[in-house]
Amino acid sequence: MERKEKIRILWKLFYSTLYLSAFTFGGGYVIITLMKKKFVDEYRWIEEEEMLDLVAIAQSSPGPIAVNGAIVVGYKLAGMAGVLVSILGTVLPPFVILTVVSFFYEAFQSNFYVKTILDGMQCGVAAVIASVVYDMGKGVIEGKSLVSNLIMAAAFTVTFFFQMNVVYVVLICIGLGVLRVLWGRRGEKS
Amino acid sequence: MIYLQLFWSFLQIGLFSFGGGYAAMPLIQNQVVAVHGWLTQREFTDLVTISQMTPGPIAINSATFVGSKIAGTGGSLAATIGCILPSCIIVSLLAYMYMKYRKLDMMQGILNTLRPAVVSMIATAGMAILITAFFGEEGVVKLSAMRWDAIIIFILAVAALRLKKWNPILVMVLAGVLELAWKAVGGH
Repeated sequence: MERKEKIRILWKLFYSTLYLSAFTFGGGYVIITLMKKKFVDEYRWIEEEEMLDLVAIAQSSPGPIAVNGAIVVGYKLAGMAGVLVSILGTVLPPFVILTVVSFFYEAFQSNFYVKTILDGMQCGVAAVIASVVYDMGKGVIEGKSLVSNLIMAAAFTVTFFFQMNVVYVVLICIGLGVLRVLWGRRGEKS
Repeated sequence: MIYLQLFWSFLQIGLFSFGGGYAAMPLIQNQVVAVHGWLTQREFTDLVTISQMTPGPIAINSATFVGSKIAGTGGSLAATIGCILPSCIIVSLLAYMYMKYRKLDMMQGILNTLRPAVVSMIATAGMAILITAFFGEEGVVKLSAMRWDAIIIFILAVAALRLKKWNPILVMVLAGVLELAWKAVGGH
């Protein structure tokens, strides 16, 4: 009986994540909100408060947020089996879609109309990214933290003007972050 | 060993992209365009465009697209597995530790320090896309190579996004249609 119940949960987990992944446009933050709706409000499998912490884990870990969200939910509900099932559900739709797209891209790349439309869309995508950067940058500046503003300015300088490898920038920031947390803890104790 | 190379490259992308959304973009560009030359800057920009129009995280989309272009379905599998492996290990470990200790302050502290740098890295990758759009594939910034139609479309797109709050997918589609209309009336 228990085994049957577990299979039922795994199956439901699989098609929930598959469905969310296939029909969610707008990236990781959107999909996480929908996951909360599905697993907390609809199925009542996870407590609201716990879900907030799981979301925090998904957002603060490296990797795609949609995948991370699927992992925390899968882990919470069914351990490592749940993790595998929900990852599969999340990855399958983009995998299939992009396999098809890459086939057509190779075939149509030299087509005049496709190329012209993609040319125009490049400007659109540049505008979308400019808009995102503006909002994110504004958020950092409005935070009024000197350290954050310095990090932002320094990171842009080294990546844009000096073509520094972004991996090093990430590693340096992780190191700084660890130091800041340890420093904060030391301050708490004394 | 191309499968191993794809796996290793996308493993780094999965491991070092913090913050979701566009955060993976500079890392993908670095690995795929700068380090390995698997895609040209133009192809990479097309990939970002396609990722905007389809569901799914940009890192998974890129892994599938690049893998499939370089080494077929085996390649997309190797790249995709590489991309999600760090997540699997790190997130499962954190979830386990959270269930046990209910404490997350170290990860939050790291993320707070990373966030401003991520903004800058996205900006840098965005500049590369902008330069390709304005000056063509070679990415040489000079006045004679400037595509005025691209600049006009860019300004219109920014206005539609910021002032009219239009949906980004709609804006991108319209940008494509505008360029086609421009070419149809004989612009170049």
